[in-house]
Amino acid sequence: MTGLRIFFIGGGISYRALFNWISPWHYIPTMLGGTLFVLLFFTYLGRYTDVEDESFFVVGNAVYISSISCVYGSIMAIANERFYGTLSPLLATPANRLALFAGRALPYIANGILVSAYGFAMSSLLLDFDPPASSLGPLAIVVTAGAVSCTAFGMFLGSIGLRARDVFFIGNLAYYVLLLFTGANVPIEVLPGWMEEVSSFLPLTHAIAAAREVVAGAPFSSVAGLTGEELLVGACYGVAAYALFRLFEAEARRRASLERI
Amino acid sequence: MAALTRGTRLFRASLVFHLKGLAQSSFFLVIGVITPVVLATIAFYLFQSGGQSESLLYAALGAGLMGIWSTTLFGSGGAIQWQRWQGTLELLIAAPVPFIVVLVPLTLATAAYGLVSLVSTLLWGRILFGIRLELVHPVLFVIAVPSAVIGLGLLGLLLASTFVLYRNANALSNLLGEPVWLITGMLVPISLLPGWVTPLSWVLAPTWGIRAIRESALGGDPLPAILMCLGLGVAYMLIAAVCLRHFERLARTRATLALT
Repeated sequence: MTGLRIFFIGGGISYRALFNWISPWHYIPTMLGGTLFVLLFFTYLGRYTDVEDESFFVVGNAVYISSISCVYGSIMAIANERFYGTLSPLLATPANRLALFAGRALPYIANGILVSAYGFAMSSLLLDFDPPASSLGPLAIVVTAGAVSCTAFGMFLGSIGLRARDVFFIGNLAYYVLLLFTGANVPIEVLPGWMEEVSSFLPLTHAIAAAREVVAGAPFSSVAGLTGEELLVGACYGVAAYALFRLFEAEARRRASLERI
Repeated sequence: MAALTRGTRLFRASLVFHLKGLAQSSFFLVIGVITPVVLATIAFYLFQSGGQSESLLYAALGAGLMGIWSTTLFGSGGAIQWQRWQGTLELLIAAPVPFIVVLVPLTLATAAYGLVSLVSTLLWGRILFGIRLELVHPVLFVIAVPSAVIGLGLLGLLLASTFVLYRNANALSNLLGEPVWLITGMLVPISLLPGWVTPLSWVLAPTWGIRAIRESALGGDPLPAILMCLGLGVAYMLIAAVCLRHFERLARTRATLALT
């Protein structure tokens, strides 16, 4: 019961305390305005270069923009504890670490799904994107898998932030690496072999591929494998993130380096 | 004469000081080097796959200028706010030189730092995609690049002087990156966008900056674009001077200079 309280209530409180863009003055320009223009920019670039049809770019970018919440938000959820000086009191509590850690991810997953849904909705309004109604259910599942996996990736980066001095440098880097490697804009088969290899180990790659298929009319059963792979990638990052979190916690206690920024 | 010498010395010292500061920042490394290189790579692959291999230099120049815009936007947009957080704003306002003289080298430094973006995308294109920088008008290219930097830097001055009224200037910077990339034709021709965007693009220096750089590199008549870029820069400076005077007067009257 306490674990559930920590998971839900603790996760919610940490979101309110640590998410730098929570106020509408930040949330609207950054999470909604900025992401919409990312989507428009790359869709128009796709239209100009005529490599694929427009829905290729709309779907790729609408799924990709969830990463602004999933990557940056998740980093803030962990690394900001250290930045704001609240990490020591937090780790002094006997709270279940897994509940404490995983509960933080939930609001950013929800945020990521919201941003993606907003991207799809705006694409329908502004870009004549018109997916079949039957694809919306499978699309929601695929987008959720992408957001879960990307949040796990963000938590992994956030855990590095318990040790690294400038975790937002890593976050910024990751955000742009995902833009290039996940096939959001460049078809994966166009990329060199080594980039194609790397892309299969990154979050969103499989979700974007699956989303494109369902928007093209494929049933969920035909993308269940891709969705599963996306969740598997996320699970690997999640486990790695938690292991790093515990490792750095133990190491910081041993070396008394918890508050060293 | 002495005032001019002092002004020149202040300008040079301030420009170098801010350039050194920007060079130390990992954030500016990301937006000045990594982002333009990623964007250039995406553009290279898309242009290549779309059978437009001859446009790769077009893409490299566009991605480079996108980097200049990003460094200007993030560096200049929050310039005054940043001085406020550092506790140096009062000292700068109290200095004997007008505040705008202190601010111009700062915003020009943010645009000038963006030149690393242009160099990065051109080098990246040369190494990975074999893009050669064969300039149609080399002399005009040498004039076009600093003109674009000046135009963007002075647009940065206008941002700095207006964003100060907005408490969350960083959020505005997050918002304005891609729209300006899009509507100024850095990678996508403006003619592809809705008609109402065109007049909007005319009042933005990056539109003329990229046109000047491209026409000097790839062929055309870059002189009108160079002149427009510089002309807009002067207009931005005049508007910024009025805004800054207003800001300074309000801050002194209400004693709110140090308040965030």
